[in-house]
Amino acid sequence: MNDIVRQGTFFHVKRKVVIRTTENNYLLEMVDIEKQFPGVKALDHARLDLQVGEIHALMGENGAGKSTLMKCLFGVYNKDAGTIHMEGEEVNFTNPKHALDHGVAMVHQELNQVLRRNIMENMWLGKFPLKNGLVDSKKMYADTLKIFQNLDIKLNPKDIIGNLSVSQRQMAEIAKAVSYNAKILVLDEPTSSLADEEVEHLFRIMRQLCAKGVGIIYISHRMDEILRISNKVTIMRDGKWIATRDASTLSTNEIVKLMVGRDLDNRFPPKTNTPGEVLMEVKNLTGKYMPTCIDASFDLREGEVLGISGLVGSRRTELIQTIFGIMKKESGEVYVKGKLIHNKDSRIAINNGFALLTEERRATGLFPEMGITFNATVANFRSYVKWGLLSSRKMGTDTKWVIDSMNVKTPSQKTHIKYLSGGNQQKVIIGRWLLTKPKILLLDEPTRGIDVGAKFEIYQLILNLANEGKSVIMVSSEMPELIGICDRILVMSNGRVAGILDINKDDNGNAQETIMHLSAKFV
Amino acid sequence: MEKAIAGKVKFDKRKISEFLLNYALYFILGIILIVVVIIEPKFLSLTNLINILKQASTKGILALGCAGLIVLAGTDLSLGRILGLSAAVTASIVQSVTYASRYYPQITKPVPLIIPLLISIAIATAISAFNGFGVAKLHLHAFIVTLGTSLIAYGITCIYVENQAMGSAMALSTFDMRFTNIVNGTVNLMGVRIPYVIFYFFIASFVMYIIWNKTTLGKNMFAVGGNEEAAAVSGVNVTKTIMGVYIIAGIMYGIGAFLEAARVQSVSTSTGFNYELDAISACVIGGISFSGGVGNVPGIMVGVIILQAINYSLYYLDVNAYLQFIIKGVIIILAVSIDVRKYLNKK
Repeated sequence: MNDIVRQGTFFHVKRKVVIRTTENNYLLEMVDIEKQFPGVKALDHARLDLQVGEIHALMGENGAGKSTLMKCLFGVYNKDAGTIHMEGEEVNFTNPKHALDHGVAMVHQELNQVLRRNIMENMWLGKFPLKNGLVDSKKMYADTLKIFQNLDIKLNPKDIIGNLSVSQRQMAEIAKAVSYNAKILVLDEPTSSLADEEVEHLFRIMRQLCAKGVGIIYISHRMDEILRISNKVTIMRDGKWIATRDASTLSTNEIVKLMVGRDLDNRFPPKTNTPGEVLMEVKNLTGKYMPTCIDASFDLREGEVLGISGLVGSRRTELIQTIFGIMKKESGEVYVKGKLIHNKDSRIAINNGFALLTEERRATGLFPEMGITFNATVANFRSYVKWGLLSSRKMGTDTKWVIDSMNVKTPSQKTHIKYLSGGNQQKVIIGRWLLTKPKILLLDEPTRGIDVGAKFEIYQLILNLANEGKSVIMVSSEMPELIGICDRILVMSNGRVAGILDINKDDNGNAQETIMHLSAKFV
Repeated sequence: MEKAIAGKVKFDKRKISEFLLNYALYFILGIILIVVVIIEPKFLSLTNLINILKQASTKGILALGCAGLIVLAGTDLSLGRILGLSAAVTASIVQSVTYASRYYPQITKPVPLIIPLLISIAIATAISAFNGFGVAKLHLHAFIVTLGTSLIAYGITCIYVENQAMGSAMALSTFDMRFTNIVNGTVNLMGVRIPYVIFYFFIASFVMYIIWNKTTLGKNMFAVGGNEEAAAVSGVNVTKTIMGVYIIAGIMYGIGAFLEAARVQSVSTSTGFNYELDAISACVIGGISFSGGVGNVPGIMVGVIILQAINYSLYYLDVNAYLQFIIKGVIIILAVSIDVRKYLNKK
């Protein structure tokens, strides 16, 4: 046993941290972990080793079992078999508190926050500082501020979590994980809602922690990030351990090959759609309640894929939600085929041929306790009504169409959607909207938190839809995918339209740079 | 430029409407009282104010207990029956020792009042803790488990009350003077006689305010009610939190039962009937959201007082009794629908 003793101020708390490791310097060894869910073997001899001060990327397609493996470590799930050694001693955490007490902290893929409470209460939840038996709000405030200063996060600890943007909430959650002074930190897709600059910020934090001897397990789908930040990469497929390699010896293509078990020549399917006549015109659209879009004007052609780019907080989501009518508009007009339309609410928008795929899948898109059938048909119940009742036969047929045409991997139509992987959930929801036969699809981060293989399928799907003459507006934070599949890219900056790029005409090589410049136009 | 100015004006307008929404309950209370005073100027007297506060006090203590369960996204249907049982047991112990047909003829010397108080609290806490166990461990919805315990508590109350040597089912009455004095006694404050019970209510509110805002249990309660999963992954012991909140509710019910017995001075099997509805109404009027995780103690106090002020003023104005129900129903719906506005996301 080697003891690495670090003394001094460990972030804000003065204490001695002893990190014990075995001879081969392993902080954590997970061996032959197995976990069975109803109908699915989620983990099958999965393994992971983590060294002191190491950033270890855990990769695999959605449903490969990455999150499940981490939840077994963290005590959210109880593993069926296998052993976990931490600092050379066998551990078996039965609940998150147990894991936290032993120095394992985790940022979960889905943000677990109490929305109606403020940042500092969320941060110190489960470990409130006490003074004479009462919660010491002053200390809580000061400590939060100290951590924020250390991590260079500019948020007010007293802000209510529910009023923050997704990326701000993400940063607050990361700061919370840091506040545990853990020896092992698990980050489950922390960058999926962060813009490039914020990702850099996170990486700085991660390096800072590693230098202090913390071992970080990092789950992400963004290859370039992984290769840049991590020391080691472990790849999983179908719940099994596939390989663990040094990051320096790997290339993006190799990772993809290991992940999918086949070559993926191209990340994007070939573009085959040809935009036609102008279908929708948006003129001077301004929303009613801030933050919202301001004076936005653009048009959308038939069979076109229009990307919307911009920094996080540039109100891309607000723009499409205002078009869809779930956010109130103050002024401006939307014309479809030259006809003025008023999407006062989502029902009217659906009748007008719009469909909206929301950004936060779990909060605003899923009915987790309901089956695939319900989730696939919920936006389209009207068309199943027969003599005043819903026809299960028709709903079954449509659900089958969704499962088949979207290639959804599920044991049955009755399976609760919460048991599916993120990518498969997303496919069901896209299918849900296609059943309403929309002319204009508004997709908000359609590939967020989805693995490479499923991403490709979703790109193909989007292009197929455009080929059929449907128009797609797609909001995304990933520039390569916008450049890869869009015809034009609208760049938003601080609520305004900063410019529209024609990918087919403009030089591809400079597209990314142009977008960056436009993004900062009104900041 | 014009746009910027227009934006600013709108912002101010929003601020005003936000202000109105945040203090909607207080405006409602004000408007009701103004209307009553316009109709009957004599209503505006210190005696009436004190009467309203006095009547609100025992209900307020019950509402303070029940509110925590609503913050946990639960409810309590057993409150009234728990109170009935605790009050019956209290009453049986504090009957005057000179009263011939007392429940316990073997009590010949007055019992120290702390004993019935502790027994009352013990009974209420035991049942409420069982409710908590049902919610936290058996994973029952609070509606179901409290529905069950309300029946159980009622059954026990009936058996207990009807088990009297002298005639069955007789209301327990003729209490020791010291006991009734606990509630009905008054403090002379600058010429105004204020009943003790009002002080109890304010003390209980203060203690509850501290528990909700300054203790780990209180903060965890909001976390569990607002997002149980988030609380669990943050290392909060959810079971312990739920149990703690139910136990505190039980203590409040026990105190409430003790005081209510002293206030009404006669306890029968129907004592406490439908009290839970008053307590729950007061909580929701006071801004405790049924979706969980939201609420504060001053809100509950205002809720209780609004409800009692309405009751009292309708009675005072001699409004038809059936019409009173209708008016109260409308006011509850109106108050809550205005209050929930502030939590709706503006889109």
